[in-house]
Amino acid sequence: MSELHKEVSALEAKSATAARLFDIRRIIGGLFVVYGIIVTIAGIMASDADLKKAQGININLWTGLAMLALGLFFLIWLKLRPVVPPTPPTPAE
Amino acid sequence: MHTLAAGLRLPTNGLDYAIMAIYFVVVLGIGFAARASVKTSLDFFLSGRSLPAWVTGLAFVAANLGATEILGMAATGAQYGVAVVHWYWIGAIPAMVFLGLVMMPFYYKSKVRSVPEFLLQRFDKSAHLLSSILFAFAAILIAGVNLYALSIVVEALLGWPQWVAIVVAGLFVLLYITIGGLSSAIYNEVLQFFVILAALIPLTILGLKKVGGWDGLSDSLEKSHGHNFLSAWDGTAIGQANPLGANWLTIILGLGFVLSFGYWTTNFAEVQRALSAKNLSAAQRTPLIAAFPKIFIVFLVMIPGLVAAVVAPKIGLAGSGLQYNDAIPLLMQDLLPNGVLGIAVTGLLAAFMAGMAANVSSFNTVFTTDIWARYVKKDKPDAYYLRFGRLITAVGVLASIGTAFIASSFSNIMAYLQTLFSFFNVPMFVVFIIGMFWKRASMKSGVWGLVAGTSAAMLNYFWIYKQGVISIPTDQGANFVSAIVGFVAGAVVMVVVTLFTAPKPEAELAGLVYGTESADLEEEPAEGDDAWYRKPALLGWGAIVLAALCYIPYSI
Repeated sequence: MSELHKEVSALEAKSATAARLFDIRRIIGGLFVVYGIIVTIAGIMASDADLKKAQGININLWTGLAMLALGLFFLIWLKLRPVVPPTPPTPAE
Repeated sequence: MHTLAAGLRLPTNGLDYAIMAIYFVVVLGIGFAARASVKTSLDFFLSGRSLPAWVTGLAFVAANLGATEILGMAATGAQYGVAVVHWYWIGAIPAMVFLGLVMMPFYYKSKVRSVPEFLLQRFDKSAHLLSSILFAFAAILIAGVNLYALSIVVEALLGWPQWVAIVVAGLFVLLYITIGGLSSAIYNEVLQFFVILAALIPLTILGLKKVGGWDGLSDSLEKSHGHNFLSAWDGTAIGQANPLGANWLTIILGLGFVLSFGYWTTNFAEVQRALSAKNLSAAQRTPLIAAFPKIFIVFLVMIPGLVAAVVAPKIGLAGSGLQYNDAIPLLMQDLLPNGVLGIAVTGLLAAFMAGMAANVSSFNTVFTTDIWARYVKKDKPDAYYLRFGRLITAVGVLASIGTAFIASSFSNIMAYLQTLFSFFNVPMFVVFIIGMFWKRASMKSGVWGLVAGTSAAMLNYFWIYKQGVISIPTDQGANFVSAIVGFVAGAVVMVVVTLFTAPKPEAELAGLVYGTESADLEEEPAEGDDAWYRKPALLGWGAIVLAALCYIPYSI
């Protein structure tokens, strides 16, 4: 095994990312649910000027609902398939 | 360089600013939350090689989906029409698939932490040092240019002074990368990917509605710009004239083969995302998972570009007050009501910051592991390199803030420097490909291939093209030709140097060159990775076939 190989393998053994890094699905889900609610409300309260500007489509409503759906998708995915943290290896020392 | 026309000020209100503020809070939150996972330098620079494939895959595509790319490709659409698809379907997908299927096993199994480190293992210190230093400079330069581009867009759209935008965005990037390392950068890229989709999809739909759908769009463009504007290949026969100034041969070889393979397979800002994946299968799937969104993103930039060419027929012409780069901001102003508008502005800002962060997070890795730990302060404990990595991240961001300010007064020099650095990517690819497939390629051939290829590409561009020795219609076309010249020159010089110099001892090449498997590099496949939808070959060939199918409607 080369020097580099030994060095990186030793670092991999000590690495904490796999055990301690939080799951990004929670953040994407949370942010998109919040954005989805905000933008959907903006869509429900859309003025005639807003509708006219957006070619007669209530774009805030549709975008808001789509973002809400994406956010919920990530939260449900997280719930159904949580990541199992790897079993901590026995300390090398 | 971006110069946005005045008069693009967006009618943002409190709602839009609230959406932006939430995003900035989340960005910093990710940085702080990722901090607990950074224990070693490997955690900081490569996320401990432990991320799942879908995360690294989306980060891979998002690292490339910077705002300069989004605004620039919409501009290309407005200027050259449907030909912009070449940058995606032939100029990205084959290279991404090649990286995943062919090159990634060498990269990942050798445990290198950066692209230059692979050159050190395969060739020698001179190739390593040259590529490390050039990469470090280029990364800071590009990060600075990104920051400068951001400040121009923010000034035009929101009315903030340029220096405020440069300092604020720079400090945000500094904070979240210094604290959370690559995990923080990658997580933010994944988030940015979804926000930018939430910005571009409504814009594309409303744009199409405005011009009467795809039929209305193509009818108008057929009348105003001619049929070639709506076709990918018409007018690209050798000797024929087309707006791109390139023929099918230079498109396929120059853009599709040399430029694109150079960028996607050896640019560390991209490859780093794959190296942070948790195992070989995930690393291989990183660029392959990225390929699928990449195939379709072109519609979200091309259509707004084409719509802008219809709505503002004089866009890009002198006197219209609008540049091609204004295509997306123009439609945002015209079509998006408050709310979605806030999402769109947030998406652009996020894309700028992610583009800069990708460069900063690859710069700190190369500077620390390849330059500092290898040639300046060797054999220190790991905690020292982790501290140094954080310090150099801060230095790198401050240097790119400086670069952004220089760019704001000397933007021509910056454009020139970017062209210079782009020529370095070309021979990188030839050195890698020969190094990975030809055992005999000698230790010294690496550095000479790099030098010769870069010089030949520059000579072709700055002397033969710029001085008019051979006439090539556009800069774009000349770029493609220079890339081909650089590739051929690099390959020839490598072969010649190899014939006269010593090969690398075979034992040191194990696992680095095709046909030299080394037993202790093999790893057991992880559970579930044998599922059919996780087979790299299927994903890769699927992406190629899909990209080829996408060409059909634009070729007949």
